[in-house]
Amino acid sequence: MTQQQTEGGDVRLTGISKTYGSFTAVHPLDLTVPQGSFFALLGASGCGKTTTLRIIAGLEDTTTGTVSLGGRDITDLPPYKRPVNTVFQSYALFPHLDVSENIAFGLRRRGIRSVGKQVGEMLDLVQLGDFARRKPHQLSGGQQQRVAVARALINHPQVLLLDEPLGALDLKLRRQMQLELKRIQTEVGITFVHVTHDQEEAMTMADTVAVMNGGRVEQLGAPAELYENPRTTFVANFLGTSNLIEGRIVSTGTDVVVAAGGGKLRLPGGRCPSSAESGGKVLVGVRPEKISLTHTDDAAAIPDGRNRVAGRITDSSFIGVSTQYVVESPAGTALQVYEQNIERDGRLVPGAEVVLHWNPEHTFGLDAAQHIHAGAEALEEAA
Amino acid sequence: MSATEAPPAPPEKPDVRKPSARRRLVPYWLLLPGILWLLVFFALPMVYQASTSVQTGSLEKGFEVTWHFRTYWDALAEYYPQFVRSLLYAGTATLLCLLLGYPLAYLIAFKAGRWRNLVLVLVVAPFFTSFLIRTLAWKTILADGGAVVDVMNTLHVLDVTAWLGWTESNRVLATPMAVVCGLTYNFLPFMILPLYTSLDRIDGRLHEAARDLYATPATTFRKVTLPLSMPGVVSGTLLTFIPASGDYVNAELLGSTDTKMVGSVIQTQFLRVLDYPTAAALSFILMAVVLLVVTVYIRRSGTEDLV
Repeated sequence: MTQQQTEGGDVRLTGISKTYGSFTAVHPLDLTVPQGSFFALLGASGCGKTTTLRIIAGLEDTTTGTVSLGGRDITDLPPYKRPVNTVFQSYALFPHLDVSENIAFGLRRRGIRSVGKQVGEMLDLVQLGDFARRKPHQLSGGQQQRVAVARALINHPQVLLLDEPLGALDLKLRRQMQLELKRIQTEVGITFVHVTHDQEEAMTMADTVAVMNGGRVEQLGAPAELYENPRTTFVANFLGTSNLIEGRIVSTGTDVVVAAGGGKLRLPGGRCPSSAESGGKVLVGVRPEKISLTHTDDAAAIPDGRNRVAGRITDSSFIGVSTQYVVESPAGTALQVYEQNIERDGRLVPGAEVVLHWNPEHTFGLDAAQHIHAGAEALEEAA
Repeated sequence: MSATEAPPAPPEKPDVRKPSARRRLVPYWLLLPGILWLLVFFALPMVYQASTSVQTGSLEKGFEVTWHFRTYWDALAEYYPQFVRSLLYAGTATLLCLLLGYPLAYLIAFKAGRWRNLVLVLVVAPFFTSFLIRTLAWKTILADGGAVVDVMNTLHVLDVTAWLGWTESNRVLATPMAVVCGLTYNFLPFMILPLYTSLDRIDGRLHEAARDLYATPATTFRKVTLPLSMPGVVSGTLLTFIPASGDYVNAELLGSTDTKMVGSVIQTQFLRVLDYPTAAALSFILMAVVLLVVTVYIRRSGTEDLV
């Protein structure tokens, strides 16, 4: 039987919060996960993302707020009555049951007797056909992970919740499973809510990413949108790397002009915080791969209209596809620049005087009232 | 000073692949006391008893090995009621221990929270007093005209148990029920502790996974908790059943001549009748029966592949 997919199969969290004694794990939060989407909750450990997931699963009570699924309020339903299944972080496979009985567990609990065909299909989907009679402890981490996915998916849940399902796998296997999960999601069309602290994982797999920090959603959007237009320093630093330069606004308009590090930088007015006004402080941001490096001797050849910052290379490392430079300048002590290794200039070595320049279109502005290193610390903790 | 010489090369590391002869012998030296102990206090007495069981003679004339295996048959023929009773009482007590102990062990493992250690101490607390004193205390508890008998009488429970043959018309002491109660009480900690260890090892996330996969709390218990606690159930029942079937203190102190267990018979034969061959033969029969029961039980419960 195919699962009836109604129009409004969205998961809707309204004002949910969770407190443990005096600690607030999740601040009142509104979140809508559209039906059929691959939705990622991204954040460092302790940011409330797993609590949010467990609230959807029903494994955690809410302190306030409601959870609804397809318009039906499920806040007070116990987990075994919710059309939602979870892939646990540690997989939580039943050690006394073999692979096929683990997968059949949900079907049997709902009184379905002939499970053989469905279990077989599921085993094929996760490519574990030959392992049906093995016990979980006889499987590798990646295989256990796939059993956990199959065990949840066989129930055709309206929403599949994944709690850091790839955290225990090594890098190569993780990449492989990311693609596999994405393939399965496209194939079955079920809503996936994926919790992770790995920003690359979130960006590779999800259609929509919600970046969480300290029990709140910092920003929500498509991966490219979050990457190109971070609205907070946390998102700018947690999702990839950003160069943030403190400056003072000189003039506003279609283009905002900012005085920073002895020079002037321009950025599109639309990419500046709405509170920006002449004379106010602002953080000017640019991604490392958007910047070009030119030796000071050739500075005259840089086209007009580009943002320029003069500085000196303090460090460089060759990564293969690119070279990463660290540049010291009056605008900031450790500006990161990623240069594609197409035409390498032999003069760009540590100690060289250079000019950093980039298209003003690639510049974004952030409210200067925030901590400039916000997301970078969280990233170190998560690592 | 002139140019100093190069520092002497660090001494070569001892080759770890080839431990010296002394090193290789260390484990055996450590095992030696235990092996000696078992040899002197377990293996030798067993051989001695085995030889006693096939001797004939009397205390005055002395005993001699005559390979008289008939003693086994005679002992079994005469005392089989006590054997049956022993297995029945021990089995009943084991079952009661399981029924009483499982909920308690479950409570300690999953619900006790910060009281867990205190409750565990309470479980073991009876061991701080002598086995004998505790059993004698039950004499007072179950005494004729005592509170327990009065309540059972008033509620007409005594009528039912008397009809079932567990008690006599108006008394509990000196009846099968008293012996089974004593056995249950005395061996309860041996049931609870392995059960607790087994339950405590179950990953709480498995319960969450079961609930997530449409299992009601009752089904979660039946399909996840109980199967995973089977190692504890098996070791708990063994630790209760085996000593209970050979016990004679409870039968002696709380029972009557009609409730004698095989342990009492062996004790009487050894210490009062001084018929050593019969006593030794009875001991070996008991051991064989218990071994048989246990083997069948372990085979049936199928706990080998539970990790």
